[in-house]
Amino acid sequence: MIRSSLSVILLFLFLSASSAEHNARTERISGSAGDVLEDNPVGRLKVYVYDLPSKYNKKLLQKDPRCLTHMFAAEIFMHRFLLSSPVRTRNPDEADWFYTPIYPTCDLTPTGLPLPFKSPRMMRSAIQLISSNWPYWNRTEGADHFFVVPHDFGACFHYQEEKAIKRGILPLLQRATLVQTFGQRNHVCLDQGSITIPPFAPPQKMQAHYIPPDIPRSIFVYFRGLFYDVNNDPEGGYYARGARAAVWENFKNNPLFDISTDHPTTYYEDMQRSIFCLCPLGWAPWSPRLVEAVVFGCIPVIIADDIVLPFADAIPWEEIGVFVAEKDVPELDTILTSIPTEVILRKQRLLANPSMKQAMLFPQPAQPGDAFHQILNGLARKLPHDRSIYLREGEKVLNWTAGPVGDLKPW
Amino acid sequence: MKLSALHQSYLNRRRSPLDSSVDAPSKSFLAVFWLVLHCLCCLISLLLGFRFSRLVFFFLVSTPSSSNLYSPPFRPDLPPPRIDLTPSNATTAEAKTSSSRVVVGRHGILIRPWPHPDPVEVMKAHRIIERVQREQKAVFGAGAKGSRTVIAVTPTYVRTFQALHLNGVMHSLMLVPYDVVWIVVEAGGVSNETASIVGKSGVRVIHVGFDQRMPNTWEDRGKVEVLMRLRALRVVKEEKLDGVVMFADDSNMHSMEFFDEIQNVKWFGAVSVGILAHSGNAEEMVMSMDKRREMEEEESSSLSSLPVQGPACNATDKLIGWHVFNTLPYAGKSAVYIDDVAAVLPQKLEWCGFVLNSRILWDEAESKPEWVKEFGLLNENEGVESPLSLLNDPSMVEPLGSCGRQVLLWWLRVEARADSKFPPGWVIDPPLEITVAAKRTPWPDVPPEPPTKKKDQMSLSQGNNNVVVIPKHQQQQQQRSSKVRKPKRRSKRNKHEAKPTDTATQVSSSTKHHQERN
Repeated sequence: MIRSSLSVILLFLFLSASSAEHNARTERISGSAGDVLEDNPVGRLKVYVYDLPSKYNKKLLQKDPRCLTHMFAAEIFMHRFLLSSPVRTRNPDEADWFYTPIYPTCDLTPTGLPLPFKSPRMMRSAIQLISSNWPYWNRTEGADHFFVVPHDFGACFHYQEEKAIKRGILPLLQRATLVQTFGQRNHVCLDQGSITIPPFAPPQKMQAHYIPPDIPRSIFVYFRGLFYDVNNDPEGGYYARGARAAVWENFKNNPLFDISTDHPTTYYEDMQRSIFCLCPLGWAPWSPRLVEAVVFGCIPVIIADDIVLPFADAIPWEEIGVFVAEKDVPELDTILTSIPTEVILRKQRLLANPSMKQAMLFPQPAQPGDAFHQILNGLARKLPHDRSIYLREGEKVLNWTAGPVGDLKPW
Repeated sequence: MKLSALHQSYLNRRRSPLDSSVDAPSKSFLAVFWLVLHCLCCLISLLLGFRFSRLVFFFLVSTPSSSNLYSPPFRPDLPPPRIDLTPSNATTAEAKTSSSRVVVGRHGILIRPWPHPDPVEVMKAHRIIERVQREQKAVFGAGAKGSRTVIAVTPTYVRTFQALHLNGVMHSLMLVPYDVVWIVVEAGGVSNETASIVGKSGVRVIHVGFDQRMPNTWEDRGKVEVLMRLRALRVVKEEKLDGVVMFADDSNMHSMEFFDEIQNVKWFGAVSVGILAHSGNAEEMVMSMDKRREMEEEESSSLSSLPVQGPACNATDKLIGWHVFNTLPYAGKSAVYIDDVAAVLPQKLEWCGFVLNSRILWDEAESKPEWVKEFGLLNENEGVESPLSLLNDPSMVEPLGSCGRQVLLWWLRVEARADSKFPPGWVIDPPLEITVAAKRTPWPDVPPEPPTKKKDQMSLSQGNNNVVVIPKHQQQQQQRSSKVRKPKRRSKRNKHEAKPTDTATQVSSSTKHHQERN
């Protein structure tokens, strides 16, 4: 009798020990908002999707289908996701959030770069439409509306930082919640309540390049990309605030640093063979490299001062990545080699967590825990709306004539 | 665009980037000024032949007292002073819309004085890499899927080919990515010879002595080997070793996949063994092949001519029987004594083709299935031929290696002649003396060496090799004999030395008819 109960206890201990061993491969991720990566937003919020004429969305896509594959494609996929999601409601009176399906970044040059010059006008025209056709905009002047603006500097609608700062966030969007890829603390183009999302990286393309996880990681630091943008900034010092050039000048002779401007076909495979992947800023502080590093289990080394990383309240980026100040770039090798190995192994375990990788991706069709769900979770965490956002009758806060004159032209 | 960028940056360095209240007239003046400057720079560049950087003007124009100076790239020794653009804002905490600490504009490219790898850092990085790879191996590699210890049972005894065979098994076991316990049972008791070989393995070795000496015929040897294996299994039972027991006969060769495959065994498994019934006699082999072909032509195929022994399965991968090596072609011509020059045939079912979960051998009856006999009660004298005698129900054996289709190890028996001898520990002791014929010595007038050795004469007579190795005891013998005859018969000494010459050539050439004292 005693012997059998002893064996039961032993069995239980053995099982728990074995399950703990299994979990040694990954670790749970909980950010400042708690363990929220795997939350299910269904039932926690309701989103109403405005029915805009197709000139704001479908026609743009028909004109240029490249919008579906570039790194700003999140706006299009978010629309498609919401249309078929269970959080969507067709009754706007019970909706918590309102979504405007507009693709402001889908105006591409022949080489594929988006031109932001018409985006403010398009946004303005869309807002005029929804404010005149539905009462919900005027009710709160957009405080319970959210917009996906994945462009370089978010709703500042410009690719050049100085011009973007000068323009500031579009005045009409100042009360709305912005879902954007750009995030930098104390920057004009990041509003307090914005939700930062990762840039779009095609999940199938990345998953097609997986290699077995027991192939040893033999590259210490890996980076592929420009160090000097010779077309736009030949002397250096502008591009990436000189940080990328500093990386090159200091470490081009260092065999531990596999850095170059080549774009090999084995780019994804090489990332899976590296321990650290550099994610320095470029013209904007964010880049798809972060997504790629997370998906391939390479610890991201983020060289961008004051950057706000995606889903910063759900993902504790300080525990996952390494942050290096731009002024410390010449000591990058010292910094990286002085990280204790236990810390490195823990970071790799956190990165191996599948919910971490899922949270960075926009898979088609949507899967639980992916970036779409994280956006909805972020929106759900902002609920319930504060009473003060509901304006009294006739009260107006936004200035409809603010901004450069060129923005006021109809689209 | 470049012009405007530089323009903007210059403006930014003079005032806050948020300050949009620029005077219009001053702006136009500045614009004109910059245009003029631009043209001037272009002209200068044309003259000089290279691009004349306008950075020079920045450094000329901007005063050192300006708080917005970022050090230029060619002043690498000084770290650039990073000064807040609007220091006043830093003090006021309420100003939430303070400008970013990060400034837009031209920054210096920071280069440290010695931008080359530091060897200490490189070593640290390599240690990190090695630790990460170890962790990867532990998590994803062989250790991941719940690896079980491999318990290898090897019966051996001291003979010439022991070193050859045992080293082969040892190297295979050293490469196994799982934990290994190697039980070496030695006929004739534990000897230093075997201990010195297996001690170099690096795996855990249990060296057990077995009191009988290994007999001279293959049949008897097989029987003694069975007893030795059972002795090893008793060790497994007593020490309660946990893992998969496999029988690594010392002349077998195992593939690495074999060790991966046997991890899948639940209780008792069988693998296909390639049988290499080799004899030293090439004619024999050919004849046996021909005979086999004849037999195949006469009867169609009831006897398989594949040199494989292992489980046989039906179409649904269920064990239905055993493939056994066809010994008929060798009937009457197989080796009986260990050093016969004839094909050595295997038993009906060799032990090496079976693997078992070590728990079968343990005492407690709870863990084992019912179709396993109690190992402790096994009577060895009843003639245990194959491991199937350990089971009540031989049909419960699990066929491994995709139901016996993969041959994962090879069985071979090769031994030297019964009277063959080898130096103990394969160390030639006392050391031989090596002399080299010096055709051109630095002392040309020195007469040829005194006849105590007389190697140069012999080597000259040989002509093939300059290095003549003569075992010292023979040499001593020769010396003793030559010393006796030294003063008297010179001519006969040559003849006398002709004999050691023969042995010398034998030593330096093949060891086929090797006769050396043990």
